[in-house]
Amino acid sequence: MRKLKLPLSPEERRSLRAGEGVLLSGRIYTARDAAHKRLHEMLERGEPLPFDLQDACIYYVGPTPAKEGQAIGSAGPTTSSRMDPYTPELIENGMQAMIGKGRRSDAVKQAIVSRGAVYFVTVGGAGALLSRCIQKRRMIAFEDLLAEAVTELTVEDFPCYVGIDTFGNDIYDL
Amino acid sequence: MGKIREINVSELVPPIREACGTMAVQYSCDILEAMRRGREAEENERARSVLDLLLENAGIAERERIPICQDTGMIIAFARIGQDVHFSGGSFTEAVCEGVRQGYREYYLRASVVDDPLYDRINTRDNTPAVIHTEITEGDGVEITLMAKGFGSENKSAVAMLTPADGEQGIVDFVVDTVRKAGPNACPPLIIGVGIGGTFESCALLSKKALLRSLNESNPDARYAALEDRLLQEVNATGIGPQGLRGKTTALKVQIEQMPTHIAGMPCAVNICCHVCRHAKVVL
Ligand code: SF4
Repeated sequence: MRKLKLPLSPEERRSLRAGEGVLLSGRIYTARDAAHKRLHEMLERGEPLPFDLQDACIYYVGPTPAKEGQAIGSAGPTTSSRMDPYTPELIENGMQAMIGKGRRSDAVKQAIVSRGAVYFVTVGGAGALLSRCIQKRRMIAFEDLLAEAVTELTVEDFPCYVGIDTFGNDIYDL
Repeated sequence: MGKIREINVSELVPPIREACGTMAVQYSCDILEAMRRGREAEENERARSVLDLLLENAGIAERERIPICQDTGMIIAFARIGQDVHFSGGSFTEAVCEGVRQGYREYYLRASVVDDPLYDRINTRDNTPAVIHTEITEGDGVEITLMAKGFGSENKSAVAMLTPADGEQGIVDFVVDTVRKAGPNACPPLIIGVGIGGTFESCALLSKKALLRSLNESNPDARYAALEDRLLQEVNATGIGPQGLRGKTTALKVQIEQMPTHIAGMPCAVNICCHVCRHAKVVL
């Protein structure tokens, strides 16, 4: 599996092909349903977001609580399509990568292609294994949303497949 | 008349708490075996690597007591209560919820329930309430089967009010179509519960109960057992594969439960479950 360090350069993103296995290291943010709704509302009101979207990678995950001594609990992907209504806007605002599971809408695919972003998929129901690739977790915003809060993760060799590449090829259509 | 058996509802709490903790970190043997068999039968390299990851995950989860999946589900309790039982010391429903509450807190499981489905959607913070189905049985036994259902797969379930003329082919088409629509989102490999007959709501319930049966057991009626096999073949022939990344292990098993129905109808429900099909039985 190819090792990649986040954030990815435009050239690195263009070199990725749907279906290829990768190991991601670096910084990613967690956000799922309720957090996306709030980010959208903040953008609509013209407010600054709680983290810098420029070149950000968002992981659709709502982990289980961490026990003493753990960075995070079980932390596998949730279904990405629920985030589709909000995703093109986030890509327009600089987000360069997403991690989740499942198909995306045509609108998301178009945004990925037009901005050279990339969608990674990882394995649903492998949250215990994936949690081991997460070294650190820091609260960023929306703590009241519990598992749905926005947090910053530091990951190392986090296993994914390229889901949709910058050319719009889709792993689920291969 | 049998003697009334008195049960203090507080007795329900510890076994339900423990069951919640165990279900989250441990696959049942039948599912693990089915995944291993699927792994051996796969020819697609990516499918094999996905199943390897899931099996590795299963080992880590059990050894380190980390939930198999972060969606530790909403609890459904199927309670079979003997008619000679009298519950004392408080509310039965509240005691079941207290078991869930303690289990989810103590074992660091995810609170995934919101109070209002449409407007408020505020997390109740302790994964309660549980969905409770009660059935009155003869005698003085109490048996509660708990299920911790994830919603990636629950969201892909469906009911069709088929009619008698639709026949077996109607069932096959509906099941395969539902699996296709589920695609990768339901986290295949799947376990598929099918309820046939009854009414609109009872066939949905049957389809969920079908998920509770061991994967090593087929429907006792040979015709339905044969249909289970046919459905599994057809579902796996879609090529969706583990995680929707292609392969032949789209489902590990199809389980049918049937019941009498009306002369004009043949309701059919498909309850999709991912490989993390968590259930446990509590007997008092
Ligand atoms: S569908 Fe199952 S494996 Fe997938 S995220 Fe939900 S509970 Fe986990």
